Amino acid sequence: MPTLSLMPPEFRVARDDNKCIKCLACVRQCGFDAQQYDAEDDRLYAIDANCVNCQRCVSICPAGALTIYKNPPPMRPNAHWTEGHLRNIVKQAETGGVLLTGMGNDQPFPTYFDRLLLNASQVTNPSIDPLREPMELRTYLGSRVEPVTLEECRDKTRTPLVPIETPIMFSAMSYGSISHEAFASLARAAKAFGTLFNTGEGGLPEDLYEYADHAVVQVASGRFGVHAGYLNAGRVIEIKIGQGAKPGIGGHLPGEKITAPVAETRMIPEGTDALSPAPHHDIYSIEDLKQLIFTLKEATRYQKPVSVKISAVHNVAAIASGIARAGADIIAIDGFRGGTGAAPTMIRDHVGIPIELAIAAVDQRLREEGIRNRVSLVAAGGFRSSADVVKAIALGADAVYIATAALIALGCHLCQKCYTGKCSWGIATQDPYRSRRLNPEIGAERLYNLLRGWSHEIKEMLGGMGINSIESLRGNRLHLRGVGLNEVELKLLGVKHAGEAM
Amino acid sequence: MKKVYARPAYCMNCHLCEVNCIVAHSRSRDLFRAYKRENLRGTARVIVEERLPLSVAVQCRHCDDPRCVAGCISGAMVKDPETGIVYCQEDKCVGCWTCVAGCPYGAIRPGEKNGRPVPLKCDLCREADEPACVAGCPNRALVFEERRAGA
Repeated sequence: MPTLSLMPPEFRVARDDNKCIKCLACVRQCGFDAQQYDAEDDRLYAIDANCVNCQRCVSICPAGALTIYKNPPPMRPNAHWTEGHLRNIVKQAETGGVLLTGMGNDQPFPTYFDRLLLNASQVTNPSIDPLREPMELRTYLGSRVEPVTLEECRDKTRTPLVPIETPIMFSAMSYGSISHEAFASLARAAKAFGTLFNTGEGGLPEDLYEYADHAVVQVASGRFGVHAGYLNAGRVIEIKIGQGAKPGIGGHLPGEKITAPVAETRMIPEGTDALSPAPHHDIYSIEDLKQLIFTLKEATRYQKPVSVKISAVHNVAAIASGIARAGADIIAIDGFRGGTGAAPTMIRDHVGIPIELAIAAVDQRLREEGIRNRVSLVAAGGFRSSADVVKAIALGADAVYIATAALIALGCHLCQKCYTGKCSWGIATQDPYRSRRLNPEIGAERLYNLLRGWSHEIKEMLGGMGINSIESLRGNRLHLRGVGLNEVELKLLGVKHAGEAM
Repeated sequence: MKKVYARPAYCMNCHLCEVNCIVAHSRSRDLFRAYKRENLRGTARVIVEERLPLSVAVQCRHCDDPRCVAGCISGAMVKDPETGIVYCQEDKCVGCWTCVAGCPYGAIRPGEKNGRPVPLKCDLCREADEPACVAGCPNRALVFEERRAGA
């Protein structure tokens, strides 16, 4: 490292000395050593270069004395060479490494949810008041077969449907990438609300098996933490092929995060890097995938639906068709806004396609092929509000996965430093000094509240459309209209432009 | 009696209990006045003991048979027979600090107020429903509850 950095700090910590009472809460809570105290001079000061703008100090300061400012761009304004590009180049000139980042794609690509509008009833069809009339949000996940014969009814290889009380589940975040406290918060909230959380690829810690009935247990390319007890404990088994934030590449949990309990859960030696290969080395085709799906079904006596999670990539519809034909019960598709604990910046920001287009394409393709009923479609990747959820379901999803929104509910401020393991909010860290900041009691309540609020809003939106069941909205694209979209986009999304009648 | 109990698993070492304690025991009950005008910094009656990553807030246990009361030479330290709260009648304190020396928990510290000696010890915020340290703990690491002896 050169002694002189060519870049000024990105953020500036401003302390109002008129307000500061020198309680040092900021110094104790800063995860990145930006807040400092000089005991000899009884002076608080900040090392701006260390600040990542996670806002922990700002939130904890009892005096409201702190503000973090973004420093002005360290350059002449240049629309082509943005500040981000400059900082990345300088960082790589200093380190020679691959740029790493966390959370989801933060680049200004279009968000189609923001260009879709919902319908409501007026005069000719009545709207429904969800506070007065029943409104059904329960969703069943799994494979629905065609009208059955008596023999097929007795078919022992049909997996059961799994009900969830709201079409929102917590997406995969592994124990290891997030703290035990954060993981437990998700598990508790999922159980309390009657939905599912997802173990990610890190297994299920022994003490959380009481929540296993609400767990989607993942089987990923590293096979961490996978054993018969784990598979049979979960409610749904998910084969992770890809992740929206980093399609086509594997995972790497650094050895520092593999503490004794993480190592035990993952069934790997303590302190070793947990490397998930980019592909499953036993899956090079749809036929191979079918083998794994049925291996898992055999291992669980056909009692667990099997989900296959892929990232939304260019050929997603054809791949989804193959997955459905391979015997999966659920297809989870993770769009390019999906988050991660660690990914190369270039991959996160430049690989994959928007989830809105992927849902529409997959739903359309499966319908055309007459196999839509064989699978449930779960959409993931950057769902920010209940409106996004409703629009995704109208586009054809059965349910959605949320993860970034859940972490924000737990305190995450999107500083994107998950990969450092220093999370000031006690989420993406295994450091006991930091992780204890997240009391799972409080975390579970906040997550429950989020699900409750969104579910209420979904009911209101459904009621406005005159629909009393989420099942009636699925793939009902007549309830959507596009604004500012061109003809290709409208065609791909299967929606009309705002202003066009039924 | 209801006492303050710490849950070390969730104590995150922010020391906000100390800040809230100081404000609750200030004349103004105002954060800025307490620190900037009344100069009460460092006079918290609850102290967060640190052995990182562990930390835990320690305050008076309001013992059944308090040594501080037994040892008090001026009769200032008393145990309220109704509520069980051990507190100091500050106008009677002569500053001998026998209570400080006698406390098995190290929960009393010598202090002063307006030039007079005052033992800094928790009084469970006698006039409030809930002690300020408990009410203000951002991570519910402190709870105020009734527990059976030995629990």
